[in-house]
Formats: sequence, structure tokens, C-alpha cells
Amino acid sequence: MTAKINLRAVSKAFPARGGRESVLALDGLELDIGAGEFTVVVGPSGCGKSTLLDLLGGLDRPTSGEILLDGAPVTGPGLDRGIVFQQYALLPWRTAAGNVEFGLEATGTPRRERAALAREHLELVGLGGFEDRHPHELSGGMRQRVAIARSLAYDPGVLLMDEPFAALDAQTRESLQDELLRIWERTGKTIVFITHGIDEAVYLGGRVAVLTSRPGRIKDVVPVELGEARAAHADLRSSPEFALHRRQVWQLLHEEVDRAQELEREAVAR
Amino acid sequence: MTIVLEKPAPARSGPGAPPPHDDTPARGARALRALGRLSRLTLTRSVVVLALFALWELAPRWELADRTFLPPFTEVAAAWWELALDGRLWENTEASLVRSGLGFGLAVLCAVPLGLLIGWYRPLADLLNPLLELFRNTAALALLPVFILLLGIGETSKVAIVLFACTWPILLNTVSAVRTVDPTLIRLARSMDLSAPRLLQKVVLPAALPTVFTGIRLAGGTAILVLVAAEMVGAKAGLGFLINSSQYNFAIPQMYAGIITISALGLLLNQLLLWAERRLTSWRPQPRG
Ligand SMILES: Nc1ncnc2c1ncn2[C@@H]1O[C@H](COP(=O)(O)OP(=O)(O)O)[C@@H](O)[C@H]1O
Ligand SMILES: [Mg+2]
Repeated sequence: MTAKINLRAVSKAFPARGGRESVLALDGLELDIGAGEFTVVVGPSGCGKSTLLDLLGGLDRPTSGEILLDGAPVTGPGLDRGIVFQQYALLPWRTAAGNVEFGLEATGTPRRERAALAREHLELVGLGGFEDRHPHELSGGMRQRVAIARSLAYDPGVLLMDEPFAALDAQTRESLQDELLRIWERTGKTIVFITHGIDEAVYLGGRVAVLTSRPGRIKDVVPVELGEARAAHADLRSSPEFALHRRQVWQLLHEEVDRAQELEREAVAR
Repeated sequence: MTIVLEKPAPARSGPGAPPPHDDTPARGARALRALGRLSRLTLTRSVVVLALFALWELAPRWELADRTFLPPFTEVAAAWWELALDGRLWENTEASLVRSGLGFGLAVLCAVPLGLLIGWYRPLADLLNPLLELFRNTAALALLPVFILLLGIGETSKVAIVLFACTWPILLNTVSAVRTVDPTLIRLARSMDLSAPRLLQKVVLPAALPTVFTGIRLAGGTAILVLVAAEMVGAKAGLGFLINSSQYNFAIPQMYAGIITISALGLLLNQLLLWAERRLTSWRPQPRG
């Protein structure tokens, strides 16, 4: 597998500002992500996951180290990467189709094609017939589907997702996880998926990178091979293979979560 | 004249219902009910106004008020009709409309782009904020003598003072609208590598529009208020002039006719701006009731 993304000793510090001391958010991240791979990054809250995603998206620059995309350093945002935000980030004055077209306008796709592509991608995420709805007329799950369709429509090679299902109820979340895996298999995108949920990480992950509490470092990368189990079990989540991987990730993570909570308590006490 | 200030309703969050399926009889019944509600609403709203007119009519007749200073409503209406027939009403209304329209229009054209820029470039906003606060808190009418001194007593000073007074509500609302645009939308646009002008046009302006419009409607009320006052100081035409000169010549019914015209004008302008606002922000969930 050729590498799509390389993280080389990536660190990010936020400078001290307004009486707060400087924060080292990420510390020397090393990770290679293959083309077409589904990588999940899991870590306790505040460990720098969103910071990592901003760096990958080119919305922010690393303090030291570098990020390579197809071998070339990332210097800024670009349409070769699509971001799906936790808060959906839909333009409330546009319809579902209008929101999907927003990304296509940035690529300079002709108007006629835009409409067709928007329809096609809303169809892909199971929202056929909802083209003319405004975001406030859609449920949370539907809104996130629109956001996913938007990121897929302009066809970036890499999909960056920052806890996209965290705000959804459990049932909606599970159905969207299945949907995402289906879309991934169909489109062959390289996906970096950020979450703080262990079950979600194991269920989705081709590989699960576990981050330490702040400053975020890569603690371990767990390969999750559930290929056969996925086919064999109707309810994968209660299969022994799933439990095994879950336990593995949990063990890596739970000390970090404890430490993160300690850090938080200290921060509040101060 | 009162201006009803409506804050833009917060976007409704939470799961929305899937699209309801309308079958025709239900829709017909619903339309009928809506019509009933509307006519009832119109009725309750006009009752108060009609009661006011009735009181106005009866108080002088029953000698609860001095007839010389408060003539009955029908006499005022007759005077209004007379003014309308001999062309003076339109002449003065036109003069006022041109001045306030010019000042107000120029204010919208200047203050909205300026507000977008100031709100967008944070250092500029920090730099200019004390100045904006100072001007906002200076009553425009207090500056009227200065305007007359600098620009003379003619049209320029009147248009200028309307422009000046209208600028601040629009500017301040636009600046704060830009600064409160949902930051994830900005991040989204940045992640797609949108240029700054595109970002302003496609994200910031539409997101800011509801709040900008609140400022514009506020300015609409201000335009009329300030103009009428300015016309009372030195003018040869205009509704403010009509009111003032009628009072001076003891033509009391004409004076009230002028006042009523201004109220109606203010109401009309507000309705017009409300309508424009609804059209431009029709994507927002409709407030119930
Ligand atoms: N712009 C910023 N300035 C200062 N500190 C920041 C900034 N963004 C994030 N941080 C800090 O960096 C750490 C990591 O934040 P974040 O990446 O949002 O964590 P996560 O997404 O894993 O919850 C946190 O301690 C946060 O307070
Ligand atoms: Mg986060």
C-alpha cells in the first residue's frame, strides 16, 4: 500500500495568551496512513484530536515536524481533503442540495453538473427526495448525512471526520457507522476518523491509533481485523472478536482517560 | 410612532420532523382555519386603533378635551382630505420622502460594506470601536446645528443628518453580525480554500443578513424621526415643515393631518422593510403565531 499521509514528528504548541500559559497540544506524532485506508484516531477529550485534524486539513500549521500528503508537505487547506465537522457546519440558508453544491462551487463545476452531482450524492447517503429541505427541517442524523454528501461530492481523496457522530443518538449513530463503511468500500477514500468512543473506534477501524492525554502522543496503533467476524455475526458488537479488540483499546485508553480527568481537575482548581 | 424591534429568532435545533404528507382535504381545512385566524387577528388589532379614533372623536365633542387644541377626528380627516386635494399633502410628503430616502439609501449603501469590513478585520474593529461607541451615543439631533453650520440650511444638511443618523444602527448591527457568524461555517469555507471575497459573499453576508436587517429597520424609523425634526428647524417643504407651520398659523386640524401622515409613513416603511426581510431570509424557520 502506498502512503497517502505521513506525519513526521508533528508537534503543535499554542502560544501563551491572555494570562494563560502556552499549551503543548501534540508532541512528536509519527504515523503513516495508506491510500484507501480507514484510520481511526481515539483519545481522551482535550488530548489534541481536533488540533490534529486542523493540521491535516491545513487550517493550522504544526509548530515543528511536517505532514506529507501524497509525498508533498501540507501548506494550507485544499479541495484534495474534505472535512466533516461534529457540528455539521451546514449553511442554514441553503437547502440540502444547495449545501452539497457549496463544495462543488469551490471547484468550479458548471451549474448543470452541480445539480446532478448534488442529487447523486444525496441519494448515496440515503437522502433522495430531501434535496429541497433546509437544515432546520432535518434531523441531526440527516444533517450529518448532508455534510457527508457535501464532502464526497467534490471528490477529495481524503475524508477527515472530527467526531461526526458524537452528537447523535445511539441508534442513528450505529446506522450512520454502517452507512459510512458502505460508502468507504464503494468510494475507496482515505478516511481519518476521530472519536473518543472505543466501540465506535473498533467498529469502524481498519487501524485504531490511540493518543495519550495531553500532550497527545501516539501511544499505540491497533490493527483491527474484523473482516471475517463482520460476515459471520449479525451483531458484530457482541461477537468475541469485537470484545477482544475492544478490551485491547480500552486497556490502552483507560489510563489516559484517568490522566486527562486529573489534568482537567487541576485546571479547574487553579 | 413606535418601532417594534424583533431580534432574529434563534435557529431551531434538534431533530426536525420528516416531511409531512399533505392530502388535499386536510390542506383545505388548514387553509380555512388559517384564514379564520388571520381575520380574527386583523380584527383584534384594528379594534384598539378604532377605539383610539373613537375616543379622539368623542373626547372633544363631550368636552373632555379642548376642541381648539384637539379637534375631533372627523375634522382632522376632512383637513387631511383637503390637503390631499389641493396637492399640498403630496408636495410635502414627496419632499420628505426624497430626503429621507436619499439619506437612508446612502446609509445602507455605505454602512453595510463598511460594517462587513470592520467586522471581518478584527484589528480594525478594535481600533474603531471607541469611535463607533462615541458616535452611537451622540444624539444625531444634537449635531443638527453643526450640520446646518457646515452645510447650510438647504437640502444637503437634511440629507446629511439622515445619512449620519441612519449609519450607526446599520453599521453597529453589521459589525456585530459579522463577528457572531458561526465559526464552524468560517472553518468550513476555509477548509475549501475559499478566497476572502468569496467567503464574505457566500458565507458571511448571508449569515449576517438577519441581524443586518434589524439594523436597517431601526435606521428606517430613525430616518423619519430625524428628518421631521430637521424640517421643523428650517425648511420650506416637508411634513415636518407642514406640521410646524400649521401649528404656527393655528391651523390645528392640518397639523394633526400632518402628524397622522407621518405615523402612516413610518408604519408603511416598517412594513415594507419587514416584507423585504422576510423575502430575503425566507429560509429561516417561520415564527409561529
Ligand atoms: N486555539 C487554541 N489556543 C489555545 N489552546 C488551544 C487552542 N485549541 C486547542 N487548544 C488546547 O489544546 C488542547 C487540545 O485541544 P483539542 O485538539 O480541541 O482536543 P480534543 O479535540 O482532543 O478534545 C486542549 O487542551 C485545548 O485547550
Ligand atoms: Mg475535539
